[in-house]
Amino acid sequence: MSSAAHKSSETSQDLLLSLAGVTKRFGPLVANNAIDLTVHKGEIVALLGENGAGKTTLMNILFGHYVADEGTVTVAGRDGNLEQLEPGAPQAALDAGIGMVHQHFTLAENLTGLDNIVLGTEPIFRLRRDRSTARAKLGELMAGSGLNVDLDQPVHKLTVGEKQRVEILKALYRNARLLVLDEPTAVLTPQEADSLFAILRKLAATGLAVIIIAHKLAEVLAVSHRIAVLRGGAKVGEMKTSDANHKSIAELMVGREVPVSRRTPRAPGKPVITLADVTIDRGDSRRSLHGVNVTAREGEILGIAGVSGNGQAALAQLIAGLDKPDSGTVEIFGEKVTKFDAHTFAQNGIARIPEDRHHDGMVGSMTVAENIAIEDVRSPEYQKLGFLDFDAIRKRAEHAIADYDVRCPGPDAPARLLSGGNIQKLILARVLEKSPKLILANQPSRGLDVGAQSEVHRRLLEARQGGAAVILISEDLDELLTISDQIAVIHAGHITPAMPTDSIDRSELGLMMAGQKTAQHAPDGTTTTNPGETA
Amino acid sequence: MIRFEPRSNPGPFLVYGVPILAATIAILLAAIPLALAGAPIIQAYGLMISGAFGSVFSTSEMLTRATPLILTGLAAAIAFRAKLWNIGAEGQLYMGAMAAVAVGSGVIDGPSWVMIPVVIIAGMAAGALMLIGPTLLKTRLGVDEVVTTLLLNFIVLLFVQMMLEGALKDPMSMGWPQSEPIIDSAAFPALLDRMRVHIGLLIALVSAVALAIFVKRTVWGFEIRAVGENAAAARFSGISVTKTMILVAALSGGLAGLAGVSEVAGTRGYLATDLSPGYGYAGIVVAMLARLSPIGVIASALFVASVFVGADSMSRAIGVSSYLADLIVAMALLCVLIGGFLTRFRVHFDRKSAQG
Repeated sequence: MSSAAHKSSETSQDLLLSLAGVTKRFGPLVANNAIDLTVHKGEIVALLGENGAGKTTLMNILFGHYVADEGTVTVAGRDGNLEQLEPGAPQAALDAGIGMVHQHFTLAENLTGLDNIVLGTEPIFRLRRDRSTARAKLGELMAGSGLNVDLDQPVHKLTVGEKQRVEILKALYRNARLLVLDEPTAVLTPQEADSLFAILRKLAATGLAVIIIAHKLAEVLAVSHRIAVLRGGAKVGEMKTSDANHKSIAELMVGREVPVSRRTPRAPGKPVITLADVTIDRGDSRRSLHGVNVTAREGEILGIAGVSGNGQAALAQLIAGLDKPDSGTVEIFGEKVTKFDAHTFAQNGIARIPEDRHHDGMVGSMTVAENIAIEDVRSPEYQKLGFLDFDAIRKRAEHAIADYDVRCPGPDAPARLLSGGNIQKLILARVLEKSPKLILANQPSRGLDVGAQSEVHRRLLEARQGGAAVILISEDLDELLTISDQIAVIHAGHITPAMPTDSIDRSELGLMMAGQKTAQHAPDGTTTTNPGETA
Repeated sequence: MIRFEPRSNPGPFLVYGVPILAATIAILLAAIPLALAGAPIIQAYGLMISGAFGSVFSTSEMLTRATPLILTGLAAAIAFRAKLWNIGAEGQLYMGAMAAVAVGSGVIDGPSWVMIPVVIIAGMAAGALMLIGPTLLKTRLGVDEVVTTLLLNFIVLLFVQMMLEGALKDPMSMGWPQSEPIIDSAAFPALLDRMRVHIGLLIALVSAVALAIFVKRTVWGFEIRAVGENAAAARFSGISVTKTMILVAALSGGLAGLAGVSEVAGTRGYLATDLSPGYGYAGIVVAMLARLSPIGVIASALFVASVFVGADSMSRAIGVSSYLADLIVAMALLCVLIGGFLTRFRVHFDRKSAQG
């Protein structure tokens, strides 16, 4: 604890939370090894670490979901006296003013924001509901923090960013003094993330303490006062954010040097896929495209930038063979596609990396080997007369596990045991092993830690070097600017012409994503949005 | 406080031991209603065992009862594997039986090695068609198959009644609503002299083994598992969910239809509306007890059949209601469901004063 670097102006009276020597073992695995952590009033502490570093376990101990094997959790009471928090009692943590915002929100979608916030704080047996005091208190909270959201809308009508605000308000309404946010930006667009940070800074200025669990470095550097890094269950470093630098933290987290992905110049070849004037109208903008023209060439990564929900899903479904255009044509290697079918696409050299790798990318109860072979079980390589050749399937899996460094108990282990990063490696192994001509990578590194992210980028660049065309759909501008050769922007179902990455200005890109600026070289009105349309 | 933590990989003891333990507990729990009914408990258990296993005759009766349960159990198991909730095995069974009677009661004749396959194919096809309809409604229009298959059971039963009063009615039945009997060349031969157990049992056992191999080792089985466990991922990988569902419907409905054929051509000899005492519904219980494993279905069908036959004979001997059998089977199902939960989750009892 004494090693905690905090501002000298703070006295021990400002101390709000102190974890001392917290150790938690699961069988032979030490998930938390003698971790010390302190948080003061008004301080934003970032808890950094790769997947499996022990961040979540530590927070579960703080909340009483787990009981630590060793160590203590101390919280300052409202009178300022430090008291040990009762282990294994979530109610004690709530009473002590610890609020948590989970990565996956815990809101009842059909209730309004207000209902969700007061849910559980009202007595059950009462004839009339009096919401005016709740409204007044929330109005005060919103005015003070900028957490503006329409509380009378049902939650399912809110955007992701607004839902998160409701979650934060819910914690504050319960008089939280310490707010824990688990990967708060994983689901947000850059703009939403920026406004979240502004809110957090405001809240911290009023004395709220915040712990942010994260693995995105740039964001952490922007918002936190102090950074604690976990690796392999132990705290490996702690520093003031002002003293921290990007590279050193990345290395602390990963425990080795992180290779930086770089494109090597390469002349693009023939067009692999061409979308000409493609329209898919599904009623809502999330799933529609309006007259888009896209061309991806051999040896080129085409980045598709855009705020989530602007038609990326429609584009991805189309290229994955799961949907067909209402009008317009798709050509692959100059041949017009007539049969839009996932099986045909996969067999014809299109590698498809799904956006939601848990939902669309794997069958959890089936084995790692079966999941790697799933696209190809009908090919003669893996079956004879309908009977699966398990030797061939297992052999391929063993190769893939070794080549792609998939961490798993073995080819026969159920895939659900794998972590997110390893599931992504499994999917990469499934689709890239077959030297595809076209790769559709939809949010390929979302939610992955630094190490796994750089692995994904390396593989995509390797495939590009080998002559594959890559369509990279991403909401992460850093990712797009690092590995794409060309970037096109998608907004409200319209896609701008591709622009060479080197000539792109970041802020201009942001404006185009918001639909407020069209591409410079727009040939006609069909591919770009009308400037004032959504402004 | 009680907490549940998921187990990453349950061991073989949990996977195989828990259902056996659950069945045992259910039988032991039957002592409570027995005692309430004032029956001598030890003697009642003895009568139950001897009723199911006490003689060649009683064992034959038990196996005769198990035969349709294996088939309807397989029908439920394969459908539930693919998350096709077929509650209509009872109706498919009757349609299968009716198709078998339609072709097997003298319209055509031939040697046994022709006629037996003919009635089997007719019955399986009829059962399959009964489920393919609701499945197409599900895949095309999103109609809930639980509702359609369940309600079809009643439609089929009324349809069978109508046919038995009309086109299929046996003129020699002296007014009873029953069909003409299955001709000898189409009837399933008995396995033992003067016993009711017939080759339907062998057909059921072979079906179970074949289905197990089919699910585990073939491309189609692979696709069924993928669709059942994660339809979105299966669709993304290029597996046709609709085609897979129709295949499953054909298999499931066909197996239920086969149960009807086996009953009509092996046990009863003619079709009547009391052909099945709810074998189609009991098949769901059998499949759940077996955790949807085709080989497990054999064991759980034997268990359910022994309980039914044993409790029947006990109730006759000491005058306790034979509904006790339903009670035991229902409790076994509850125990297995709880057992299945405990297999997947580890339970922790924390005392408030846990050490920190």
